[in-house]
Amino acid sequence: MNARFTLRNTQQEQYSFRIRLGVAAAFMLIFFGLLAVRFFYLQITRYDYYHTQAENNRISLVPTPPARGLILDRNGVKLADNFFAYTLEITPSKVANLDATISALGRLVEITPADRRRFDRLHEQSRDFERIPLRTQLTELEAARFAVERYRFPGVELYTRQFRYYPRGAVGAHIIGYIGRINDVDQKNLADSGNASNYKGSDHIGKSGLEESYESRLHGITGTQQVENDAGGHAIRVLSSQPPTPGSDLVLTIDIKLQEIAEKAFGDKRGALVAIDPSNGQILAFVSMPTYDPNLFINGIDPESWKALNESLDKPLINRPLRGAYPPGSTFKPFVALAGLEAGLREPPFSISDPGFYKLDGSTHLYRDWKAGGHGMVDMKKAITISCDTFFYGLAQELGIMRLAEFAGHFGFGKKSGIDLDGELGGLMPTPEWKKKRFKQPWYPGETVIVGIGQGYTLVTPMQLAQATAILANNGTAYRPHLVSAIQPSGESPRPVVPEVMDQITLNPEHAELVKQGMMDVTKPGGTAASVGAGAAYIIAAKTGTAQVVGIKQNESYNAAALSERNRDHALFIAYAPADAPKIALAVIVENGGHGGSTAGPIARQVMDYYLLGKEPAPAPKPAAKPKPATPPAEEETEVYD
Amino acid sequence: MISAWLRQLGKRIDKFLLGILLLTLLLALVVLFSASGQNPERMSSQAVNILIALGALWLFANIPPQHLQRIAVPLYLLGMILLVGVFLFGDTSKGAQRWLNLGVMRIQPSELMKIAVPMMLAWYFDRRDQSLRFLDYIFAAILLVLPVGLILKQPDLGTAMLVLLTGITVIFFAGLSWKVVLPPVILGVIVVVWFILNQGSLCADGVQWQIMRDYQQQRICTLANPARDPLGAGYHTIQATIALGSGGLAGKGWLHGTQSQLDFLPERHTDFILAVFGEEFGLIGNLLLLTLFAIIIGRGLVIAASGSTTFSRLLAGSIASAFFIYAFVNMGMVSGILPVVGVPLPLISYGGTSLVTLMIGFGILMSIQTHKKLVQT
Repeated sequence: MNARFTLRNTQQEQYSFRIRLGVAAAFMLIFFGLLAVRFFYLQITRYDYYHTQAENNRISLVPTPPARGLILDRNGVKLADNFFAYTLEITPSKVANLDATISALGRLVEITPADRRRFDRLHEQSRDFERIPLRTQLTELEAARFAVERYRFPGVELYTRQFRYYPRGAVGAHIIGYIGRINDVDQKNLADSGNASNYKGSDHIGKSGLEESYESRLHGITGTQQVENDAGGHAIRVLSSQPPTPGSDLVLTIDIKLQEIAEKAFGDKRGALVAIDPSNGQILAFVSMPTYDPNLFINGIDPESWKALNESLDKPLINRPLRGAYPPGSTFKPFVALAGLEAGLREPPFSISDPGFYKLDGSTHLYRDWKAGGHGMVDMKKAITISCDTFFYGLAQELGIMRLAEFAGHFGFGKKSGIDLDGELGGLMPTPEWKKKRFKQPWYPGETVIVGIGQGYTLVTPMQLAQATAILANNGTAYRPHLVSAIQPSGESPRPVVPEVMDQITLNPEHAELVKQGMMDVTKPGGTAASVGAGAAYIIAAKTGTAQVVGIKQNESYNAAALSERNRDHALFIAYAPADAPKIALAVIVENGGHGGSTAGPIARQVMDYYLLGKEPAPAPKPAAKPKPATPPAEEETEVYD
Repeated sequence: MISAWLRQLGKRIDKFLLGILLLTLLLALVVLFSASGQNPERMSSQAVNILIALGALWLFANIPPQHLQRIAVPLYLLGMILLVGVFLFGDTSKGAQRWLNLGVMRIQPSELMKIAVPMMLAWYFDRRDQSLRFLDYIFAAILLVLPVGLILKQPDLGTAMLVLLTGITVIFFAGLSWKVVLPPVILGVIVVVWFILNQGSLCADGVQWQIMRDYQQQRICTLANPARDPLGAGYHTIQATIALGSGGLAGKGWLHGTQSQLDFLPERHTDFILAVFGEEFGLIGNLLLLTLFAIIIGRGLVIAASGSTTFSRLLAGSIASAFFIYAFVNMGMVSGILPVVGVPLPLISYGGTSLVTLMIGFGILMSIQTHKKLVQT
């Protein structure tokens, strides 16, 4: 009975269990059916949509940065070159512990404290998702060591990058300039000028010098690659590509050898030199001393080097030829002389008896000559040769500031020279109008007097002074000064830059000749720069100048020894040679160099000797101080190319 | 002689079920080769996993159900102790404590519970067979909720849910009154339909549901509309549906799935392997896989139906159901109809632990199938 009950109960239980199994089976079938419907929906109904999605997902356009154009000197010597090297770059947002990662990387590749500091500085300046270089130019061995351990370092990648390199280092740094990493300001400028897409694959942009001024030519056109990617954006396979167009090469008017001689001639002195071929406006040398090593800037300068360069009293980063404004001093006199002659004043045989000072009518103020007691009888030619102040005080006064400024303007005073380098300053040729605007004061007659000897408000850049000299040497034909003689698009023949006549000043040839004769006598015995012309195989026309840094009070004499070095006068020197058929015109300024003939003149002579005769300067008696950058170039950069 | 030995070896093996399983595992290796980026190491390691799992299957197929019944309680207690151990001293991996390092090996107690919980519940209902009352269901529910709670705490939402659902099937098969079963099912259907209709306002910015943590709410909202968060929570779903959908009817061909091969899919050889499969073999492949799974489940249900004791019937029924649940949750997740929870595709996904657990389950099924005559007589 009991057993039967149990049995029936068991059967009943089994029956009810099977019903539940059946319900469960039906339930499962419905749900699998649901999945089947879902699969059908995704794979059949919506196939086209997902197919397109998949195509878009995996194919993307990747920019291929073009090779930057090279910069060559007039003889084809490379001044800016490219090479390819490994860099180790970190995307901070992908790295959990930056310090730990960097110290772990330090066990695989050498990371100097300077590398680290530069990284930290760049990190501060960039956003977290941007790649920042930690080490550049890894050796093959280091690259291989990292590649093996790469899986340990998410967010750290090894890239082959194009590097800019300035093989001549500090030589001509202010001409060539440098490139640097694209920053927010550059990014905005690119966007504003509609060039942002062409820089998609670029990390660097010209920041100074020709690298900046010719950026659009040097950069080239970015190519594209259709790339199959994974979800992390890593390229797997290239489907098609539109190759980039490399940037154009620049062939310069500069002779780098001449440039180097000119720089060496400065020794450890500060100053500038610009040498121009008067017959076409080509710039032969363009010196700003002290100079710096542009290689330091390419991947972000380390803070120490930056501090050393930026805070140096010598201001190595300033482009002195373009942005250094100096009173022209007596180098202005030939132009005043020419202005006078063209205005019909002081034509020979006019001469004055120089008492050693000039005095305006109705005034007791004495405008002193540099030579106490005066030069005796002085005519126009002699006035230039001996640099007679008294003669030019009176001439300026008689000409008046307006006529003087107008005439000087034709020679480029007070205007930008129009050189193909950005950042030029225009100097200052003062006028009453300018003074009223600037100081809200009237023009005083005495101010005209001192303009006659290149003092007062008058300011010139070495570039302007060289250009004015070239125009004079060329009898009034003004060519636009330029540093680039030809632009060579990749794979094409060079396109020469045609010399452009900016102005043609109508001069009476006799007047010009008179001034030139005076300048030629400057380098002859009795002239202010007789030593400069001594033993020269060609005739040099020149003019010395001295520009006051500190105003000298009345009845006080200038005593160089008593003034601290930085308050000493600037030495100026302009010249062209050979005087009968000028091939080179130049302007030299040596800051705090004292008298132009003795410090600036010899520098000019060395440059002319090399350019005209191919004569290299004899080794200086004392070891010539090599122009040295504020800090030695980073070791890695010298290793590769030197 | 050898054939006799082989016959002896295969005595407790259900040849039909084994055949289907081997077919599915072969398919798994084919897909894995593609999904692992043709990584031979992954292949050999998974081959070893399969051999170990087959060994476990054979072992459990040879353990008579009444022996299993005897170890049910100790196994459950062991599992609970280990779960508490994980809770106190567990290893952390990917932000969750799931592993217990025993020095010689790291074990995942939650995996053990996938088998131990249904065994425990089947044992309990078998014991209370003659006089089941409502209180027994309450007690069974407690036996179920305790481990689920601990697993949830790790946190491992996926496994907790699987264990919970498997336990519920045991309770259902044990005969829980329809009056209790139906209302939650109906309520569930209503909630899902209501959510789908109102998802716009429910998932609006700033709406807080209170009953769920923020990230859980996000998961559910993202499920309804993956485009809400294309690079975050919706990323997996979007990428997986693109992979599946672009597979079309016949697929892009083995090793030719662009989505899978190009690394768009995260976890493509583990939880999201179905996306690789569906992309490369298309709807036809998916339906084939569903069919294989359905046959496996069907065989399990048939074995359950012919089980000779309450314990074996309940255990077999829940093992078959568990397999269904695993498969459905994973496929639903990959195809974008369920939230993304870390559940592998049974038999196909790479990984040894879950495979061994599954094969133990199938071993138990075979044991129940091949031992029933013995028990009956």
